[in-house]
Amino acid sequence: MKPKTIIEKIWDHHTVKSEADRPDLMYIDLHMVHEVTSPQAFEGLRLAGRKVRRPDLTFATMDHNVPTKNRESITDLVAKKQMETLSTNCEEFGVEIADINSPNNGIVHVIGPELGLTQPGKTIVCGDSHTSTHGAFGALAFGIGTSEVEHVLATQSLWQSRPKTMEVRVNGRLAEGITAKDIILAIISKFGVDFGTGHVMEYTGEAIKGLTMEERMTICNMSIEAGARAGLISPDQVTVDYLKGRRNVPEGEAFEEKVSEWMSFATDKDATYDSVVEIDAAEIEPMVTWGTNPAQGVSVHGQVPSPEDAMSGPERKAIEQSLEYMGLEPGTKITDIEVEHVFIGSCTNSRISDLREAAAVAKGQKVADGVRAMVVPGSMSVKKMAEQEGLDDIFRAAGFDWREAGCSMCLSMNPDFVPEGERCASTSNRNFEGRQGKGARTHLVSPAMAAAAAVNGKFADVRDLERSPVS
Amino acid sequence: MEPLVTLKGNTGVLPRVNIDTDQIIPKQFLKRVERTGFGQFLFFDWRFNADGSDNENFELNQPHAKDASILIADHNFGCGSSREHAPWALNDYGFRVVIAPSFADIFYNNCFKNGILPIRLPEDEVYALMEKGRDAIYELTVDLENQKITDDGGFETSFEIDPYLKGMLLNGWDEISLTLQYENEIESYEKEVQA
Repeated sequence: MKPKTIIEKIWDHHTVKSEADRPDLMYIDLHMVHEVTSPQAFEGLRLAGRKVRRPDLTFATMDHNVPTKNRESITDLVAKKQMETLSTNCEEFGVEIADINSPNNGIVHVIGPELGLTQPGKTIVCGDSHTSTHGAFGALAFGIGTSEVEHVLATQSLWQSRPKTMEVRVNGRLAEGITAKDIILAIISKFGVDFGTGHVMEYTGEAIKGLTMEERMTICNMSIEAGARAGLISPDQVTVDYLKGRRNVPEGEAFEEKVSEWMSFATDKDATYDSVVEIDAAEIEPMVTWGTNPAQGVSVHGQVPSPEDAMSGPERKAIEQSLEYMGLEPGTKITDIEVEHVFIGSCTNSRISDLREAAAVAKGQKVADGVRAMVVPGSMSVKKMAEQEGLDDIFRAAGFDWREAGCSMCLSMNPDFVPEGERCASTSNRNFEGRQGKGARTHLVSPAMAAAAAVNGKFADVRDLERSPVS
Repeated sequence: MEPLVTLKGNTGVLPRVNIDTDQIIPKQFLKRVERTGFGQFLFFDWRFNADGSDNENFELNQPHAKDASILIADHNFGCGSSREHAPWALNDYGFRVVIAPSFADIFYNNCFKNGILPIRLPEDEVYALMEKGRDAIYELTVDLENQKITDDGGFETSFEIDPYLKGMLLNGWDEISLTLQYENEIESYEKEVQA
């Protein structure tokens, strides 16, 4: 039999109907729902008199709008209505929800894996582009629009054209102190914001195999920033160890059976892809973005580029527009850029290992004068774990604000934002214009680099700073 | 959904690459629970000054582009967030066709659910159209049935489109009703594969 990639295996396994001249009808194993992209979908069901076909395969949370302090008294009434609408919809249609009072509440892409809902070989969708995060487990996971949310609620399936496959191979070993965030920012800087368009990417190579599950989630999370439809990593023992004992994972003999089913999805030896890109892990340094898309990034030892460096007219114009928005001069050293804000959080980097790395830099240090720094755990469960480990005390002692879980300043739909013209070192995934607030200037970095910027007042190579391991 | 068969309309030109859905509709307008009324917020941060007045430098605020129904933009249009509020806002503002050298996948799919036709054309053709519509009223006729774009001056080009997606727009199909015709197949999949 022809060797297959994990992408082809999951696709073939989930094809309900395949006919010429139309997309395939794909079965969806897990549908995650949040408050911002679902109200119109539930309303559509109601107007047509339809039900949710498989409430048991549907799971909801609220994350985008939730305040990260004073959660019990929400002052934004439009946001409050959107959250209440989700609760009402879930009750009416019989969908389980981790609402704002649930100990399981958190960012949808953090709690799916935590609860063991995310598993290898599954098809997973959510009305959110960072659904690609779940690909870390060897699931085919992608973001959809609200009409598709309604379609999945009603039919548990989706019409999808077969994707092209791409291998993104990270060869060799990472240098000491380099994180998953640096890998994915380096990949996107090297190949651009749309090199993945039309493709599902599989990340492979020695450097990827050596990553923990949380690090793999950071990589897969940003596949969409490379334009990919999804990004995933074949399951291995690291995947199995993470999932064992989690809430929605079977136990005992059933678990062993599950494991062999999961492993059968891993890419076959000698399988081939439609295209392959490669990067050498050893060349990756701590990354900082300087512009308004995630590909506009350089090593912390680099400098802000000049429009003169552009390869084409449109690229030149894009650099000019980014520099103007960011208030940066060509040739400025990255380590000379001062920040006023630091945000540690988001579905990219808000898990316990992210917080530990940031805490290792913050421990015994002080946030620099003129910097406001905040830490927003990805879920209430991460928050609880961090507090048991004393990370909250380390952060508070250093002058960081310690908050409740949510998407927070990644997209600033809740009350947390960066004021116009001010600069933020952020562990989130998008440095788009206005993303963290109108006129806000975002620099994407890893959690350790964000903490380094907080205590230093400007960007610094975290490897040059004192670090105190916290666990 | 309202079918789209042919459209003759004025063009609006946005000569920028990587226009993301955060620019098309900023996050503060995503809290509504309805599908309608988003047009007033389209390209909000580019279109309006801080005091709420029109930003006269913004391309779509130029007098010649005021009533545009065909948007012409550069590579990777609609990248970023999956928010369907982006096509809702474009449609509500009056755009029914977007022409660009390339689109982001989720946005491209979302268009077809909302009666918007995204057309991929080669880069040089897009740039030529941009030149014509940049400073003057420039009307195009888009004929979806025959997959052709023409202007009154003799310009003509054709475009590719997936036949299924084309059918969706031409007929204004409700995709869920269509899928429910396959309910037996979905049920047998559930019985066989999930058992």
